[in-house]
Amino acid sequence: MFRTALSNVLAHKARLLMTTLAVMLGVAFVSGTLVFTDTFGNAYKNKTAKSFDHVSVAIRPDGDSSSQGDGSRKPSHLTDNLLKRAATLPGAEYAIGVVNGFTALADKDGKLVGGEWGATGSNYYPGKGGKDPRYAFTEGAAPKSAADIALDSRTAERTGFKVGDTVRYSTDGHVRTARVSGIFDTGDGSVVAGGSLVVLDNQTALKVLNKSEYDEIDVKAAAGTSESKLKSFVEKILPKRTDAVTGDQLSDDQERMIERQTGAMSHVLLTFAGIALFVGIFIIANTFTMLVGQRTKELALMRAVGASRCQVTCSVLTEAFLVGLVAAVAGFGLGLCISASLEILMDSDDASLPKGPIVIAPTTILVTLLMGVGVTMLAAWLPGRRAAKIPPVAAMNSVHATPATRGLLVRNTIGSLFVALGVVLLLMDDIYTMAAGAGTICVGVIVLTPLLSRPFIAASAPLLKPFGVTGKLSRLNSVRNPRRTASTAAALMIGLTLITAMTVIATSMSSAINKMAADSLKADYSVSMPNSKLAPEIREKIDKLPDVEVSSPLRSATAEADGSHSKINGVEPKSFGKLVSLDFTSGSVNGLKMGTALVDTDTAKEESLKTGDTLPLKFDADGKTIRLKVAGVYKGNALFNGIFASTSVIDPHLSKLLDDQVLVKTKGGASDRAEKAIVDALGSPAITVQDKDDISNAVAGAISLILNMLYGLLAMAILIAVLGVINTLAMSVFERKHEIGMLLAIGLDRAKVKQMVRLEAVVISLFGAVLGIGLGLFMGWATGGSIAEKIKTYSTEIPVGRIVIFLATAVVVGVIAAVWPARSAARLNPLTAIKSE
Amino acid sequence: MTTNPYAARATTAAARATDLSKVYGQGETQVVALDHVSVDFGRGDFTAIMGPSGSGKSTLMHCVAGLDSFSSGSVRIGETELSTLKDSELTRLRRDKIGFIFQAFNLLPTLTALENITLPMDIAGREPDKQWLERVIEMVGLSGRLSHRPTELSGGQQQRVAVARALASQPEIIFGDEPTGNLDSRSGAEVLGFLRDSVRELGQTVVMVTHDPGAAAYANRVLFLADGRVVDEIHRPTADSVLDRMKHFDAKGRTS
Repeated sequence: MFRTALSNVLAHKARLLMTTLAVMLGVAFVSGTLVFTDTFGNAYKNKTAKSFDHVSVAIRPDGDSSSQGDGSRKPSHLTDNLLKRAATLPGAEYAIGVVNGFTALADKDGKLVGGEWGATGSNYYPGKGGKDPRYAFTEGAAPKSAADIALDSRTAERTGFKVGDTVRYSTDGHVRTARVSGIFDTGDGSVVAGGSLVVLDNQTALKVLNKSEYDEIDVKAAAGTSESKLKSFVEKILPKRTDAVTGDQLSDDQERMIERQTGAMSHVLLTFAGIALFVGIFIIANTFTMLVGQRTKELALMRAVGASRCQVTCSVLTEAFLVGLVAAVAGFGLGLCISASLEILMDSDDASLPKGPIVIAPTTILVTLLMGVGVTMLAAWLPGRRAAKIPPVAAMNSVHATPATRGLLVRNTIGSLFVALGVVLLLMDDIYTMAAGAGTICVGVIVLTPLLSRPFIAASAPLLKPFGVTGKLSRLNSVRNPRRTASTAAALMIGLTLITAMTVIATSMSSAINKMAADSLKADYSVSMPNSKLAPEIREKIDKLPDVEVSSPLRSATAEADGSHSKINGVEPKSFGKLVSLDFTSGSVNGLKMGTALVDTDTAKEESLKTGDTLPLKFDADGKTIRLKVAGVYKGNALFNGIFASTSVIDPHLSKLLDDQVLVKTKGGASDRAEKAIVDALGSPAITVQDKDDISNAVAGAISLILNMLYGLLAMAILIAVLGVINTLAMSVFERKHEIGMLLAIGLDRAKVKQMVRLEAVVISLFGAVLGIGLGLFMGWATGGSIAEKIKTYSTEIPVGRIVIFLATAVVVGVIAAVWPARSAARLNPLTAIKSE
Repeated sequence: MTTNPYAARATTAAARATDLSKVYGQGETQVVALDHVSVDFGRGDFTAIMGPSGSGKSTLMHCVAGLDSFSSGSVRIGETELSTLKDSELTRLRRDKIGFIFQAFNLLPTLTALENITLPMDIAGREPDKQWLERVIEMVGLSGRLSHRPTELSGGQQQRVAVARALASQPEIIFGDEPTGNLDSRSGAEVLGFLRDSVRELGQTVVMVTHDPGAAAYANRVLFLADGRVVDEIHRPTADSVLDRMKHFDAKGRTS
């Protein structure tokens, strides 16, 4: 049996080519993802491992450590005092205090160095021997005063700054200058990942990063003292709201975090690889169905001479196994090449990802091989069973046996049930049932595709009319094998459904956000510092500008209202109404003054508040409680939500005053001149001054970036679907050799034969595209409902331009897919085609 | 009754092969399929080409019908010389001037009987001549089955559709490649009857390759080929006279 299978595979090499390619691409995607994430994770781990060398035990604030010492939470007493006590603990070699915070460094052109996400500033804590073990200086010396700054070597290399150069940096909007005193190497995680790190002397760092205490105190054990022993000593001096964590645990935590991050990345990539493989199933099933169909007589003969049904199925599955194995091995190799070239690409692109040797985990090899072989065999299973059902008498049939066309009734019933169930699930108001519903509808439509193919292709008749007889023949040919046409189109449909749904949601979101910004913002500009906050002096500076009419800070504090934590926004009550237009259900913005608050409808509902009620707030930072009268209830949106109160109400409860952003209204409205005046007055590399368009563009830009990434990831599924179209056409041409030969004999010229094949390809791919786009629009509309709850201005928009592009692409895909099959059809010799019986 | 083929050259030939040779391969492995054959197919004539397997009878027909290339000599359909035509011109010639009937019917299963009949005109983008079409359809007796698809027709009916297709476009000449090879004797007789009628009543020119003496008897001329040469010819044949002549060849030994 194995030998028969092997010789069959070898005999049909050409016809298995597309199948093998499809499996190979899917497998390559999987193995490339696994190898790349393993390699990346490993390199990242190696690079950051040494960053915990100086820590045996770390003292950190417990619980939520995200809002470190910015004044809105209770102090943890990580003070110099504690530091001194820690350093003198028995078994402690030294202790250092650590503060970190967003610090923007301006390059020689005044632009921010690196990304906003990785611009970090830290302190230089001269511990034992006056050295900070975190930094290894390669040039110059550590910063000693407010006039000094040190840069990490990668940043220095990137910007070209040398020891002695004067640089500008900013943490809260104030622009400060300092002289580069030294350049150092570090194992700091964010630097390894491509961020920038500047180091200031200890006092300066605390001051400019607006810290009243350290973020963390690291204690190093002396030789002979174990981490756990030191930890037990440290625990005795721990103040309230702090934890002691060993260095091992820190590095374990970091390792786990890296694993989680690379894991998340690999999950996303694997999802798309899975979609690509799923699309491949259709092609495999098509090919094996055809191979079985062509060998009906041969298989019947095997049955006639005594092969059991099982043996027939097994022989088909063995063929699938061989094809899957070849494809999986080739795919694994291709995946390795892809991940290796990705590494090189990222390396050359200054993206500064950590480098390391390629990691091929044994599970990767196993998973890829199992995937490739498993998917192929799974897809070949149904054709294999069908092969077993061929009666032995078929061998005696002299007529070219065509497999009996089985009724589609069962199939259509199942498909309809799936669609109905999916619609019900989709309309339920839960994200998971919604996703399940979307998937179920997809499966249902895939099952129903043969049924849908007839009316669709009949409807395409007017489009094909101008092509005369070739148009008619290609239309009729494409419905000849509805199952095959259907699964070819379904492969294309899957990718396009996802692409269309995502496009619908993305365009609707973008325009909703646009609308929201336009609706709720009366201010011309929002001034902010990404990843950081602004010193209150920035607003004062802005207020003094001649162009500025009014401005208000947005300052935040957290407080407990009836046991639940809420964000309180502090604003300037006099100007707030001129800067923001909120949709009030009761009360108005004019009621906002000392002692009153505005709440959004969500909060009002939660706390069962209405205008005139009293809202008690217990501030997290100092534990004090105040009572505010509700002056109005408004509909919250993504830009403005929660509780609004006067800054003078919340300021006394904050240990540091910092603004999230400053809203500005200029006298003449938004203009280039006004914007330039603000930017110039502030002159900081990291402060952003955004007008309404910028605000919505920033969001829209992020959305379109994600959308483009998804397009890229789905391109593989589309590519495999194109292979499917090629495969189907090649099969059709092969099966219709006689007909094409006859057509050539009675005078259809070769160009027309090509056109016939090409039109068939276009009809099939348009069918897939229209199904996919239709389904995608429906999914986009249905799932958009859950977004509409969060963004009030959301309404489903149909991206007409994009849809036209998708349809045009489908036509191009059809034409391209038809190139090779059309050529081989046109090259047929009419004589041999007719005679080859 | 051996006739010198050169003596019978009529000026009104629908197709004419002169000194036609077809050679496969080179040197040792050279196979001569047609060896300097000269033959005329007169207008309004029904010619059967017979001969043992490998005698070159099919090759001759394919070359004259513009389906196959030849090594030397000349083939004319009407006034058109085939040897100088490009592939696309040959295709157009087949479309406009030649009708085909194949052994395996070769109908398009997606089209109805009527659509199959008018297919050559559809390809050419011509409107079929209504009256002529009706006459042809009536002659082959398909009037009631025009909307049926080939799978709903018997073999005989399918071949009648093929005959109608060949006749419908009023070609200069119709070539049949064993047109009754896949039919039972009754259906075969019907199809041959139509071909003969088309010659007698419509003045059609038909050339048919066959190995069946009974089929050949429907023709008014039979050509015998052996080893790539025309070796004999009978006018107004009967099944017996054809069989008789074939026995004569058999006696000489079928070596090919």
